[in-house]
Amino acid sequence: MFKLIKQFTSFVAMVAMLFAFTTETMAAKKSKTLKNTQKKGFVRCGVSQGLPGFSNADASGNWTGVDVDVCRAVAAAVLGDANKVKFTPLSAKERFTALTSGEIDVLSRNTTWTLSRDADIGLTFVGVNFYDGQGFMVRKSSGITSTSQFKDGISACTNIGTTTELNMRDFFNSKGISYEPVAFEKADEVVAAYDAGRCDTYTTDKSGLAAQRTKMSNPDEHIVLPETISKEPLGPVVRQGDSVWEDIVRWSLNTMIEAEEYGITSANADSMKTSDNPAIKRLVGAEGELGAAFGLDNEWSLRIIKQVGNYGESYKRNIADPGILPDRGPNELWTKGGILYVPPAR
Amino acid sequence: MKFRILAYLFFFIGIADLFTKIFYGNIFSDLTEDYYEIANPILVFTPVLFFSIGGIFLKESKVSLTLENFGTSRIKYYSPQFICLTIVVLIFLFFTFNAQINMENRGIDFGFDFLSQEASFDMQFSLMDYDGQDPYWWAYVVALLNTLLVAVLGIIFCTIIGVIVGIARLSPNFLIRNTAAWYVEFFRNIPLLLQIFFWYYAALRALPLPQDASPLFGVTYLTIKGYYMPAFIWNNLNIFTYSVLAAIISIIFIRYYAIKLRDTEGKQLPVFYISIAILIILPALTFLIGGVSLDFEIPVLKQLSATSFIYDGGIAVPPELIALTLALSLYTATFVAECVRAGIQGISKGQKEAAASLGLTPNQVLKLVIMPQALRIIIPPTTNQYLNLTKNSSLAAAIAYPDLVLVFAGTALMQTGRAIEIVSITMLTYLSISLAIAALMNWYNKLIEIKEK
Repeated sequence: MFKLIKQFTSFVAMVAMLFAFTTETMAAKKSKTLKNTQKKGFVRCGVSQGLPGFSNADASGNWTGVDVDVCRAVAAAVLGDANKVKFTPLSAKERFTALTSGEIDVLSRNTTWTLSRDADIGLTFVGVNFYDGQGFMVRKSSGITSTSQFKDGISACTNIGTTTELNMRDFFNSKGISYEPVAFEKADEVVAAYDAGRCDTYTTDKSGLAAQRTKMSNPDEHIVLPETISKEPLGPVVRQGDSVWEDIVRWSLNTMIEAEEYGITSANADSMKTSDNPAIKRLVGAEGELGAAFGLDNEWSLRIIKQVGNYGESYKRNIADPGILPDRGPNELWTKGGILYVPPAR
Repeated sequence: MKFRILAYLFFFIGIADLFTKIFYGNIFSDLTEDYYEIANPILVFTPVLFFSIGGIFLKESKVSLTLENFGTSRIKYYSPQFICLTIVVLIFLFFTFNAQINMENRGIDFGFDFLSQEASFDMQFSLMDYDGQDPYWWAYVVALLNTLLVAVLGIIFCTIIGVIVGIARLSPNFLIRNTAAWYVEFFRNIPLLLQIFFWYYAALRALPLPQDASPLFGVTYLTIKGYYMPAFIWNNLNIFTYSVLAAIISIIFIRYYAIKLRDTEGKQLPVFYISIAILIILPALTFLIGGVSLDFEIPVLKQLSATSFIYDGGIAVPPELIALTLALSLYTATFVAECVRAGIQGISKGQKEAAASLGLTPNQVLKLVIMPQALRIIIPPTTNQYLNLTKNSSLAAAIAYPDLVLVFAGTALMQTGRAIEIVSITMLTYLSISLAIAALMNWYNKLIEIKEK
C-alpha cells in the first residue's frame, strides 16, 4: 500500500514536472524583455538629447521624430498604445552602456550600424530607418563650395563617441590635409561653438547637419557641402540575446515601411481589412496569424499603422514638413527610386 | 620575526601574481576551460587574497604586544577582523559574478587587449606626438598628460592668486580688502561648470577672429581660435641649460654661506638680489660668449578661405585650455585664499607685535615670523583644494579640452565599448593622481611642521 502511494506520488510529480517544463518553454518563447515591458506597461526607449526630425522634445515634453516613431510603433504593437513609451535622452557616449546595462530596451537614436558595434559590444541592429552619410557644413561667406577647397589648419567641430570622429580622420588623412578636431560631448555645444566661430566647419551626418542648421542663430548663413564622405545607415538597436524582442522591434519598423509600399495609411488602415490583396490583409491582421510568432495578438501591425502611421507619413510629419530634408533621397521606397526595401511580412 | 618574514613573502607573491596577471593574463585559462568560468572570479582576486594574508601575518607579528597591552584573547581580537574580511570578499565575489554573468549573457568580452589596438581617432591638442595610428594605451598616456598639464597649471595659478587674495583680505586698505572679499564671495558661490561655460562661451567668444586680432605684446595674438605665441628655436640649447644649472647650484652655495655668515658674524647678505643677479648674468653670458642664440618663429596670418584665417607657425594654445585653466584657478583660488587668511589669522597678534618691536619691517614680519608658522595651518586644507582642482579638471569634457575623461572615458570607451575596463582604469588613474599629490603635500607638511624632540 505504502509502496503504491509512493509510486503514485512519483508519477504525479513526473507529470507535474513535464507540465511545468512545457509551460516553461511556452513562456520562454515570450521573451524576458517582452514580459518585463508588458508588466511595466511602457516601452523604455533611448533617444537623442534633441535632434529635430529624429528625436526632439517640444516645450511640453512631447517627443517627436522618426526615431521616436519606431519606439511608438513598438509600444503600439506590444502594449496597444503608442503613447506608452518612456523616453530616455542619451548622449552618444552613454547610449550603448544604457542599452547593454538594461536601462533601456530599444535604442532609437540615429545610431550608425557598423560591424564592430554589431559584433563586439553585445548589441544587435535590427534594421535601417534612415540612410545617411557624413557631410560638412560651412559658412556661406567663406566661399567654400566643395571639400576640395579645404586647406591645412582647418578646424572641424564634431561630437565625441560617434563614427564621425573616425570618418573625419579617414577623410582628412586620405586628402593629406592637417586639421584641428574639436570634439564636444553634446550636440548643442558643438553647434554653439561652430556658430560662434570657433571652427571653420561642422561635420556630422547630413541629416544631423540639416536638423542642427535650424537651431543656428541665422540658418541661411550656412550651407551643407555636396560631398558625402561615408555611409551611415541609422537604425534602432536592441540588446543581444533576446531574439523575440529583436524580431518585434525589427518587424515593427518593417511594418511601417511595408505599409507605405502597399499604400496603407493611418487614415485608411481599418478599411483595408476588406482589401482584395492578401498581402494587405495580412498587414492589417485580417488574414494569417503573424502576431503569434512573437506572442502578440493579430492586430499588432494594424495598431502600428493606425496609431503611428506608415514610414512615409512619419517622414513627412517629422522631416519633410519642418523643412529639414524635404527631398527623401535614398530614403524613398525601392519602387520609387530609393533604397528602402524590407523583407515581406508573411 | 617569523611572522614578519612570512608576511613579506606573501606580499611578494601578491605583487608577482598581480604582475603576471597584468602582463600574461590568467595562466589557468587554457588548462581548465570548464572549471575556469566558476573559478575565474576567485582567481582574479588572488593578489588581494595574498595581500590580506600578508597583512594578517604582519599584524600577527605585532599582536602579542597588543594582547599584552589590552588584555584581550586571541579569538576576541581576531573575530571582528575575520568577519570584516569575509564580508568584503563576499561583496567582491558577488559583484564580479554578477558582472560576469550579465556580460556573458550579452556577449560582451572582458579584457585589456584592446589597449594595444589602433585608436584611429585624432586629438585636438597633445603634448607628445600623437596620431590616430597609435594604440589606445598611447592615447591614454597623451590624454593623461593633458589632464596633468591643466592640473599643474591650475595649481600654480590658484596658489599665486590665492596667496595674494588671502593676504589682500587682511590688508589695512579698505579698497583692497573689500575687493578681495567680493572676489572670494563671488567666485566661490557660482557652480564651477557654469564658470567654465562662461569663460569658454562668453568670455572667449568675445575675442576677435584671427584676421581682426591686434597683436598683444607685439608678436602674440589672442583670438577666438586660440592664443598664438612665437616659438623659440634654440641654438646650442645644452650650453644654456648647463649655465642655468650652474646658476642654481651656485645660489644654493651662496645661501649656505649667507646663513653661516649670519650665524657666526651676524652679517646679513642680500641673498635674494644676489640670486636674481646670478640667475640673469650666467645664462646671459652664454649668449655673449657661449654661442647660444635664439630665433623666433613668429606666427603668420594664413588664409584658409574667404572669411576664415589662422595663424601659422609658432605655438598655439587652444582656447579650451585657456578657459579651463582660468575657470579652475579662479574658482579654486577663492578657497586657497580663505585657507591663507585662516592661516595668518591663526597666528596670535602678539607674534606680529613682538616681531615689529624687534625692528623688523612689515615685509620681514610676514616673511620671517608669520608665514613660516601660518604655513603649518595653511598646507593641509590647501592640499584638499589641490585635489579638488585635479578632480574638477574632468569637467574639461564639457568644453572639448581633450583630457582623460573626454578622450579615454569618452571617445575610447565609445569606440571599443569596454565600459567596465575603461571606467575602472580612469578611476584608478584619478585615484593615483590624487594620492600622489596628497603624498607630496604631506611630505612638504612634514618638512615644515614643528619638529618635536
